[in-house]
Amino acid sequence: MSDRPDYTEIFRSGLWQENPGLVQLLGLCPLLAVSNTLINGLGLGIATIFVICATNVLVSATRQWTHHDLRLPTFVLVIATFVTIVELLFKAFAFNLHLALGIFIPLIVTNCVILGRAEAFASRQPPLAALVDGLAHGIGFAAVLVLLGGVREIIGRGSLFAGAEMLFGPASASLALRFSNEPVGFLLAVLPPGAFIGLALFIALRNYLAKRQQR
Amino acid sequence: MPTPESSPPRRGIRAAFYLTLFALIAAVLLSTVERLTGQRITDNELAERLAALSAVLPGDQYDNQPHLDRIYVRNAELLGSDEALPVYRARNGEQPVAAVLTAVAPNGFSGEIRLLIAIDAGGEVAGVRVIEHRETPGLGDAIEADKSNWIESFTGLDGSSLATNPLAREWILDRDGGRFDHITSATVTSRAVVKAVRNAVIYFDLNREKIFTIPAAAQDEGPER
Repeated sequence: MSDRPDYTEIFRSGLWQENPGLVQLLGLCPLLAVSNTLINGLGLGIATIFVICATNVLVSATRQWTHHDLRLPTFVLVIATFVTIVELLFKAFAFNLHLALGIFIPLIVTNCVILGRAEAFASRQPPLAALVDGLAHGIGFAAVLVLLGGVREIIGRGSLFAGAEMLFGPASASLALRFSNEPVGFLLAVLPPGAFIGLALFIALRNYLAKRQQR
Repeated sequence: MPTPESSPPRRGIRAAFYLTLFALIAAVLLSTVERLTGQRITDNELAERLAALSAVLPGDQYDNQPHLDRIYVRNAELLGSDEALPVYRARNGEQPVAAVLTAVAPNGFSGEIRLLIAIDAGGEVAGVRVIEHRETPGLGDAIEADKSNWIESFTGLDGSSLATNPLAREWILDRDGGRFDHITSATVTSRAVVKAVRNAVIYFDLNREKIFTIPAAAQDEGPER
């Protein structure tokens, strides 16, 4: 069929052209607050991917029955349901990560990326396309969380993958690398201003690379 | 999107119907997941509390289960919050061995600091741990046991005469003329924690009888934190 969605294009768009963290600048609150270590960023990224994909698929599958004027409350209801499920799953299977991420798991509900994709894409597209879109935006967001978290962890704490056992089980504790024996490296990196500056540098890098690609 | 062929009231009723349907499905989904994960979550929370308690209690000197033998007490002035806070009792047979108080330091640098303070029956501090705080990473967070052993400075301090002599030098920060070492560059944090532990010990002194004799709260009873 000639109007079959172009999955590659959808995927590339969510990952790069419309990356939620670097281009659309959505979901900045969790992005800045949780990107202090790589594992924390990865944990929240995984939770966000799950919620975006589940929401997109459900919103898309039920788009015929969602009343136009009530679509936003409906989307929020769906999002909140999946976020609560994710939180219960974290509490049951990754309790220490739940303690580390704290209030930012429930705050996924307020992440504009999810509501944005539901409204702009999933409510108008078939489920498979919605799933691909969700995956792309989720992975794009998670990638920024992981990269920013990794950089801030290396510079600010002198470690990488600290806390891996919270996500991958006790055996992975050996993954953690230590670059310096100081408990604290460049302090600014783990404080909020460091997060803003780090994100700004990543955005600048992304824009630079995109410009070069165009030539 | 359904085409708006029907009249507004009809559309409204249909919209309400579908939203209610969504809500019901969400409720079913959530209660199922909750039932499936409930036991694991309870186990995790219990393990967490046990780990915190065993970090402060002298391991082999009691034979009961302190996390089950708890009461709730309220003392805004000495325990730092007007919440009902749990006190866990450790016993050896009938003999009281130690009590673990929950206390709050309300004036940390960035907000409240929540502490578990174990005091043995003789009034000596057995151990202190921070269970919740928002202090600055690299500075105030040295109160965490895995960041520095400053919190161990409380272990072994004798608080039995604090109620009558609250200004004892061992319990005042060196910055304020006392003998207790402060954390470098984190005076406010240090002062808040020292004061909270001191007040908790005074509370223990004044209420020792009561603390060990009030019957334990029922398993699920009492406010959680």
